[in-house]
Amino acid sequence: MPFPLERLPDAYRQMHVIRKFEEAIRNLYQQGKIRGSFHPCVGQEATAVGGCWALRNDDYLTCTYRGHGQALAKGLSVRAAMAEMLGKATGCSKGKGGSMHFTDPSVGLLGANAIVAAGLPHAAGAALASQLQKRDRVALTFFGEGAVNQGVFHETLNLAAIWKLSVIFVCENNLYSEMTPSHETTSELETYKRAAAYNLPAVRVDGNDVEAMYAAVETAATHARSGGGPTYIEAMTYRLWGHMMGDPEIYRTKEEVAKAREVEPIVRLGQRLKALGQTEADLAKLESEADSIIADAVQFAEQSPAPKPEEALTDVFA
Amino acid sequence: MPTLTYSQALNEALREEMRADPRVFVMGEDIGHHGGVFRVTANLLAEFGPDRVRDTPISESGFVGLGIGAAMAGMRPVVELLFMDFALVAADQIVNQAAKLRYMAGGTVSVPIVIRAQQGGGRGNGAQHSQSFESWLAQVPGLIVVAPSTPADAKGLLKSAIRAGNPVVFIEHKLLYNTKGDVPEGEYTIPIGKAEVKRPGRDITIVSYSRTLLFALEAAEQLSQQGLEAEVIDLRTIEPLDMNTILESVRGTTRLLVVHESHTNCGLGAEIIARLYEQAPDALTVPARRLGAKHVPIPVAESLENAVLPQAADIVAGVEAMM
Repeated sequence: MPFPLERLPDAYRQMHVIRKFEEAIRNLYQQGKIRGSFHPCVGQEATAVGGCWALRNDDYLTCTYRGHGQALAKGLSVRAAMAEMLGKATGCSKGKGGSMHFTDPSVGLLGANAIVAAGLPHAAGAALASQLQKRDRVALTFFGEGAVNQGVFHETLNLAAIWKLSVIFVCENNLYSEMTPSHETTSELETYKRAAAYNLPAVRVDGNDVEAMYAAVETAATHARSGGGPTYIEAMTYRLWGHMMGDPEIYRTKEEVAKAREVEPIVRLGQRLKALGQTEADLAKLESEADSIIADAVQFAEQSPAPKPEEALTDVFA
Repeated sequence: MPTLTYSQALNEALREEMRADPRVFVMGEDIGHHGGVFRVTANLLAEFGPDRVRDTPISESGFVGLGIGAAMAGMRPVVELLFMDFALVAADQIVNQAAKLRYMAGGTVSVPIVIRAQQGGGRGNGAQHSQSFESWLAQVPGLIVVAPSTPADAKGLLKSAIRAGNPVVFIEHKLLYNTKGDVPEGEYTIPIGKAEVKRPGRDITIVSYSRTLLFALEAAEQLSQQGLEAEVIDLRTIEPLDMNTILESVRGTTRLLVVHESHTNCGLGAEIIARLYEQAPDALTVPARRLGAKHVPIPVAESLENAVLPQAADIVAGVEAMM
């Protein structure tokens, strides 16, 4: 099933929310208000929105430290996410998880993970739970192409294939593993070919096209819900900012990034909406709605209290 | 009271919990058709079917990780590692994931997984199949670590572990599986975090657990013939540590020897003795001592392995040196 056209303006707003979330964080980071690392997903908004919007609220999601956009697209509260970035008691993890561990099981988000490829088996395990519970929930896991050289990537694909688990593996191939071009470190950079060796459907899609992304995940979810097992989707995309704050980006040229900006997902969805009859004013209104959502979240987060020191000792065990 | 082996007692615990709770399922290498190298999962496949008794590939990170995901999604997986040594293959999933996911999520998820494995030496299995990991597992916040020494405790503690609602590393010992003991009939559990005085005595407290607990009891019997009465405490749970039972005993005996099969260096004995000096500095009349494996990998030849791992005779000698 294709992306419903009437929801495309909402997707455009959502992609702006994600972009502006990251921009706000960069601003707050530079003001010294955010601790730790920040790995922006700017340029990868279409994989997040297209992928997550093809899921149900009760479907599961695991993602990575570059997963702010995916968490928001799955339904994580923007306020709770921003408060978590600022280490506030109102954050989604009460200030204990931070940028790399957004979690909200009420929207199926079992967690972002700071260890490359570690979230894959968690999604497969959630799919296993769904199978054992005789439910039709699916689990999607996002990871970068850097994850395909980790052992647990291969272990999980094998297990998902032999047990026909309802898991959707989405590789965001943004061409760089941290600060190294992936072609230097990966023998087969068309990662879907490696996945296909595990005897599961493996496809490559344009990850900067929100409609293509949605269609691929929707097809995979339908396949999984009908008992067909896992699918692997390699979504080609591009990380417009560095690996993390402070990345000098010596591994690529400014020209390469400028070229990528011409085909980045928000620009492309804007063009598509105009072709469908939306005006510049319509798009500006959607963007300004996103501005309001982010401004509200920043205000909420800044006004929220820090966690009490004694809270450090809670939440270890259930 | 029926007499069961340690592995039969564990098998009963698994069967009872699987009958009582549809969320419980087991995964591991050779556990289904084969019934487990140590027979702990024998006949479970026939009763519960392949969905709940899953033979896995040799893929520890993968299937421990799947267990974690299933646990977060409402199941109660009991995952078996064939040898505790293989926990290192799955160390990221155990230490970085299972132990921390709840905390990093601000308490919004829980990870009710039991990771079972046998460990230890005494069988000539060599350095990659004979290690004891409880000391460093206990050092990881977010893991509960238990190590029963008797069939009755094994059954009662495994049932508690499955119901704990948290990540539990359940440590068995390869040379305990065939040991026998009385196991109560009917429903019972052994509480996590509670040590037990297995033998009362007035002259010295010996704290141990798992297989070396049997050596401690053997040593206490020999010492008794010399007129020395050792009180033997079985920790049963490594983390959280039941210091109260130890303190109460040492206040009576004024002497403490801690015995374990894991390496002495940075081992649990060091932790227990440090806590004793912090919490009851005046309780001892002679300095506390610890007895563990010597600081080398575990060798194969019997004469070498016995020289590295603590034996009952070493405990007797250790106690005599403290009198």
